[in-house]
Amino acid sequence: MSATANSKATAAPAAVAGAVDRSYPARRTLEAVAAPLAALLLATAAFALFLLALGKSPADFFDLVWQGAFGSWFSLQNTLQRAAPLLLTALCVAIPAQLGLVIIGGEGAFVLGGLAAAVAALPLDGVWPPLVQLVMAAAGIAAGGAWIALTGLLRARRGVNETVASLVLAYIGIALFNHLVEGPLRDPSSLNKPSTWGIGDANMLGPLPGTDLHPGLLVGVIACLLCWLLIYRTATGFAARVTGGNLRAAQLQGLPVGRLIIAACALGGAFAGLGGMIEVAAVHGRANASLIAGYGYAGILIAFLARHNPLAIIPMAVLLGGIGAAGGLLQRRLGLPDATVVVLQGFIFVAILASETLYGRIAWFQPRGGR
Amino acid sequence: MGALETVTVAMVAGALRVSTPFLFVSLGECLTERSGRINLGNEGVLVLGAMVAYATSYHTGNPWLGVVAGAIAGALLGAVHGGVCSLARVNDVAMGIAIMLAGTGIAFFFGKPYVQPVAPQLPRLPLGFWASAPPVKSALSVSPLFFIGLAAAFAMHWFFRATRMGLRVRIVGDSADAARALGLSIDRIRLFATAAGSALAGIGGAFLSLSYPGSWNEGLSSGQGLMAVALVVFARWNPLNCVIAALIFGAAGALGPSLQTVGVTKGYYLFYAAPYVVTLVILAATVRPGRALRGMPGELSIGR
Amino acid sequence: MLSRRSLLSGAAAGGAALTLGGGLRPAQAATLTIGFIYVGPKDDYGYNQAHAEAAAMLKKMPGVKIVEEEKVPETDDVEKTMESMIQLDGASLLFPTSFGYFDPYMLRTAKKYKKVQFRHCGGLWTDKDPMNTGSYFGYIGMGMYLNGIAAGYASKSKKLGFVAAKPIPQVLLNINSFTLGARSVNPGITTQVIFTGDWSMPVKEAEATNSLADQGVDVVTMHVDGPKVVVETAERRGMYVCGYHANQAALAPKGYLTGAEWNWITVYKMFLADAQGGKALPNFVRGGLAEGFVKMSPYGPAVSAEARKHIDAIKAEMMKGGFAVIKGPLKDNKGALVVPAGTAYPETAIQLESMNYLTEGVLGSIS
Repeated sequence: MSATANSKATAAPAAVAGAVDRSYPARRTLEAVAAPLAALLLATAAFALFLLALGKSPADFFDLVWQGAFGSWFSLQNTLQRAAPLLLTALCVAIPAQLGLVIIGGEGAFVLGGLAAAVAALPLDGVWPPLVQLVMAAAGIAAGGAWIALTGLLRARRGVNETVASLVLAYIGIALFNHLVEGPLRDPSSLNKPSTWGIGDANMLGPLPGTDLHPGLLVGVIACLLCWLLIYRTATGFAARVTGGNLRAAQLQGLPVGRLIIAACALGGAFAGLGGMIEVAAVHGRANASLIAGYGYAGILIAFLARHNPLAIIPMAVLLGGIGAAGGLLQRRLGLPDATVVVLQGFIFVAILASETLYGRIAWFQPRGGR
Repeated sequence: MGALETVTVAMVAGALRVSTPFLFVSLGECLTERSGRINLGNEGVLVLGAMVAYATSYHTGNPWLGVVAGAIAGALLGAVHGGVCSLARVNDVAMGIAIMLAGTGIAFFFGKPYVQPVAPQLPRLPLGFWASAPPVKSALSVSPLFFIGLAAAFAMHWFFRATRMGLRVRIVGDSADAARALGLSIDRIRLFATAAGSALAGIGGAFLSLSYPGSWNEGLSSGQGLMAVALVVFARWNPLNCVIAALIFGAAGALGPSLQTVGVTKGYYLFYAAPYVVTLVILAATVRPGRALRGMPGELSIGR
Repeated sequence: MLSRRSLLSGAAAGGAALTLGGGLRPAQAATLTIGFIYVGPKDDYGYNQAHAEAAAMLKKMPGVKIVEEEKVPETDDVEKTMESMIQLDGASLLFPTSFGYFDPYMLRTAKKYKKVQFRHCGGLWTDKDPMNTGSYFGYIGMGMYLNGIAAGYASKSKKLGFVAAKPIPQVLLNINSFTLGARSVNPGITTQVIFTGDWSMPVKEAEATNSLADQGVDVVTMHVDGPKVVVETAERRGMYVCGYHANQAALAPKGYLTGAEWNWITVYKMFLADAQGGKALPNFVRGGLAEGFVKMSPYGPAVSAEARKHIDAIKAEMMKGGFAVIKGPLKDNKGALVVPAGTAYPETAIQLESMNYLTEGVLGSIS
């Protein structure tokens, strides 16, 4: 895993060089910003050529992307709203990744979290709404956490590969979700769109003051900040990174590797489950197939783009949200098929991921003196 | 026919019909992973292969040219994956997901005009000519691609065991240090293995659009390319086991619809999830804790 | 929005938009901008294509600008799409065409944009919903009944098959209508239904069709978003097939009997005429064969003269109005009486939109 190798490699020289080379941390941050930006430029240039070859005007295209994603308060809100669920599903990948685990089954935790939250609200008719919302959040967190913890358990206790286990469990989770929503938990009055009973208007999460944005954005940003603190500022986070860097060393140090694995998976799944709860409580008002919208899978990509750094997840989620928000405008104004933005996403992500190779290659960004 | 018989015939038929794309993609993934690299992008390769194969068959009237074109498209996309991943520090899991997006995006973008037209389909071998019961006859009407896939599995098995090139792929996959000591060109071998693996995945896509279900549209793949990663672990990185894994997966996939025809109509979502449950149970039952998987290439990034 | 536009219709086209203060509104005040939103690709040979084809026809009419977006999921994405069409394109009439868009997404957006008109395909609008919303749908179950008659004549094994996505009322009505149509020809006919669980699942749809064929079923029909795979698989297995959503005759030149198709252009033209004429748009619109909301595919070669005569006669009945497919006494497939003798539900009956049973003769269950 190069991502975890990175954090180890960058952390160690920083400690040594820090005393002499005071501007190194700033330059290191700059490097982490400059590389993906350069990649973004390169990808858009390549995509412009693609458009030219098709006889479309790249200028119009990028103008519309700007208009649709960031150009107005409405567009910006559109972008941020699309980014909101992705913040939490990306954490479901980024946290286990600190231990070197590749979890790609966040979708299952997300939908089951949403379902558990919707069901938890049912018996609480007439209870004070904030309390109901808390119970829903707890249910979502528990369901999502348990689902990914199952992957962690299989990994830690049985040695089953976590990537495969989480993927397969996501399919199973979605099947379970569909079975429950269209069977035992179905509200018979949900006619042509099978759903659970509604949680009630009173229990819905309202928009953030002065915006149309639901609180999921705020929750996601706070979660990212907290995770950053957990990973980079606590002993547990340090233990996790050591384990991710070198499993054998961690075991020799007596770190509880198995428990760390299960805990990291549970925490990641908890965030995905919370994401599902927010979708239910802020958007849908009930659990149904609308929850299966691929947020879990999009989260994988964002986490890797952010190199599993919770703070970097925020801009990457906004980038993906922005492309999604612009997609509609491109279809309408340029008559391009919806797949156009998928191609653009592909170009951008290939370039940003390839830009990893630039780290450490440009001398100016590297530590000076010391040694 | 009795219920049990019906379901059995349906599962055998399903295994023969549905397994072929799984077989090709898992063989391709197996080759790539044996060289020490994982390619989650084979989902995108599969979809692109399906589109290109369909379009080529439509324009040339020759479905076999479509298969070749699907393989070439797959190899090109695989080469992008292999090329970018050979740069230092680039993560192959993440790149695979980006390639998956790029591949499906390109396939959908250029595939729009081919949803309506009907392209010539691959022929089938009527191996059930002797049978009188139509279900058996139909079940045994098998695509030649299935046998080509079988042949490819044996060829790959022989390739790994008995050829110099196969040995090199294995060394590169098991220990980059050893490969370097032997003076092998790691990047070039992995590039080759990734492109060749994706060419196989592209043929899997061609099967979807030119044989079964035999039609091009955007919902064509339901995750066969992603599941290949699971199938390869299941198969312990052995090409011959890939055949068994693909057959089991295909048969399990036929379970849902055929159970409904014999009156088991409740909980069909759960039956549809049968292949995944089977995969998970077999994985959990066969691996040993605290030990790397038998057969797993040592250089594989997901394998630590 | 509409009235403001018609007030300004005399103003010079160029500057009108700016004086409205609407920033990005397109220039011509007299142009009516209509937004179409599809849940799947526009060219799926099925549900979405039926709408998109009508939208394409509408595009050619004077004074209309069409904006379209495909593959919009049934999440807050569709709210944002509608808002974007309103805010950035100046759309004043929206057609979100997927059932799942209705509640809560469209209703919520409609409350925010009271001057924009929303008309939804398939929803069950009631007068409790905002007055700037509404729903339209077609009685395609009638077409499925006629499909059933064609199937009843064509079938030799007396076993029919139905590949369905999910057991929801719209689908159940189609399954029941198809079965009742076939059983009006021969009461011994049964219909085996297979639910695939999702609206677009090509491999499962093909598997379902094959397992129906293995069971001796010789006529199939379907209710999934894109019927292409079922029709093609049926043709390859030598079965007869009845189409749905759009005309799929080209995919099965031998086995295609007939098909129940949408004819949305009738509905959209009607809304357009009202909007351009400054009239209030109706909130609840339904229509069937007589109104031209639904039509039948031309007969395929395998439909016998006798079958044609029978279907034409029933169709003529239907065109007069009041024809009831679902009428008592009617039992469900577990033997319970669901419609008592003497009760009849013509196509307009609202009870049909909440159907929750499979009639006698259907093999399968609503899980």
